[in-house]
Amino acid sequence: MAVRPRTRRELDERRRSNRQPVAPPARSASLPPDPRNVIEFRSVTMEYKGGEVGLDDATFNVRRGEFVFLVGSTGSGKSTIMRLLIKEREPTSGAIRVAGRDLAEMTHRKVPYYRRNIGVVFQDFKLLPNRTVYENVAYALSATGASRREIRNKVPDILRLTGLSLKLHSYPDQLSGGEQQRVSVARAFVNHPPLLLADEPTGNLDPTTSIGIMQLLYRINRTGTTVVVATHDSHMVDRMRRRVIELSEGTIVRDEASGLYAQDEQTTDEFGQLLTRAELDRLDP
Amino acid sequence: MRLGFFLHEATRSLKRNAIPSFAAMATVLVTVLVLGVFIPIVQATTGAANEVRQKVLVDVYLKSDAKPADVQRVEQRLKNDTPYVGTVDFVSKDKAYAEEKKRNPEAYELLGSNPLPDTFRVTPDSPGNVEKLRDALAPVAANGQRAAIDPTIDEVKNRRDDTQKILTATRVVKLSMGGLAILLVLASILLIANTIRLSLFSRRREVEVMKLVGATDWFIRWPFMIEGIVMGALGGVLAILLLVIGKIAFLDPLAQDFALIASPDTINFPLLVVVLLCASVFVAAAGSGLSLRRFLRV
Repeated sequence: MAVRPRTRRELDERRRSNRQPVAPPARSASLPPDPRNVIEFRSVTMEYKGGEVGLDDATFNVRRGEFVFLVGSTGSGKSTIMRLLIKEREPTSGAIRVAGRDLAEMTHRKVPYYRRNIGVVFQDFKLLPNRTVYENVAYALSATGASRREIRNKVPDILRLTGLSLKLHSYPDQLSGGEQQRVSVARAFVNHPPLLLADEPTGNLDPTTSIGIMQLLYRINRTGTTVVVATHDSHMVDRMRRRVIELSEGTIVRDEASGLYAQDEQTTDEFGQLLTRAELDRLDP
Repeated sequence: MRLGFFLHEATRSLKRNAIPSFAAMATVLVTVLVLGVFIPIVQATTGAANEVRQKVLVDVYLKSDAKPADVQRVEQRLKNDTPYVGTVDFVSKDKAYAEEKKRNPEAYELLGSNPLPDTFRVTPDSPGNVEKLRDALAPVAANGQRAAIDPTIDEVKNRRDDTQKILTATRVVKLSMGGLAILLVLASILLIANTIRLSLFSRRREVEVMKLVGATDWFIRWPFMIEGIVMGALGGVLAILLLVIGKIAFLDPLAQDFALIASPDTINFPLLVVVLLCASVFVAAAGSGLSLRRFLRV
């Protein structure tokens, strides 16, 4: 029975004892960028205003064309990584490189152009309720300054890819959750960005629908796009068997090339045992 | 394409925020209306006063019972015995009456008799000597009052004195109107800022999505800017329409009846319209900009 690690040393030991650990990248921020990496985090620490630690000394690389799961409980730092990647927040220390570009050196003016190369999908879809499916996707395109002809060409294509050809003129509230998330994926991928980030894409969906969304993300990944998915969905992670980066309280505790959601499957037993012991204590004062 | 997109977004949001937009528009309307009335009035009063002031003349009014002999004597005195005199121009009672009657026939018809005195319009030899000339004609006595050098002369007047009174009176009007205009401009800016803030709030989802997909700052800002400017321009145009109606309905007939009202030089109407339109657009842009700076951190 494995006990949950408490200290940093225990975490380190555990990381070393992993079955197929991904080689930990060098921590020096001054290291030259590796052209094979789409994402490079070097000792990135992120503290929120109240002193809350969002991310603590995180270092990892993501290669071009990889499919990566970020797992961990709520508040473990998954969303912080997403926010840092779209440069919505600045790290307190450390360096982040995306496609070889250091995000700290990017001027405010260039951020919009940078974001056009990243598709983002959210748990709550973030669709515009008073626009149709077609308009939602077209809106995103026109925001990047696409011409009307480009929009006419690209939008039907992407909606066909995501299986929404028949729902062009429906409003978001006429669609099921899964369909709404497909629209959101279509909007994120309409520009064919080299990197797609998905923050809990299946968080609001039932298991069957979730599979559909994951398959869609997988298909996108097969076209060469790097996909990073933050998720709670243990079944999905276990089924897909892709690379898993596990976070706990802002620290990377596990990085496996083809992992399961949890390090060990005893967690439920452990919980059960804790529960029974607590109940016993309560019953027997 | 882009302009079309911005305009479409702006009208969409104007429709959605109809009531606050209307309030903002109404304030701009009142502001422009006040400015539109205030600018020509101040110009007319100060312009007229200055014009009169600039005429370097001393008017020598004779008593109304002056006999031709007296008039002759005064003229001789002015021409030969007084220093600083340039030219002397005699305007007789009848001539003055005829002139005034031509300008304002009905009023003089009503009067019946001629109330105007004989007058000498004396120009100094050089404009700077106007005060000296006046002193020579009517030296200041010990009691501070002026006494004329000849008993036939009723009064010696420098036009500067008359205009000074008008100017002090208009200064009060100018200051209070100016204060009111500034307050109104401020109110319009703040109301527009508030409307844009509301609009930003109701469209925060759109803004969020736009940021995520990589819209540039100004791409996000333009629809709000246009929304504000449309509100301002609409208020401005309505106010200008009211002014045009007012001008056609009241001022123009009045100007025909009383030549005096139209006579002072005021800003010409098309220029005034352009100035007011620019002012309303400026006010609107300032208001929108204020909100965008404070509440839209892109």
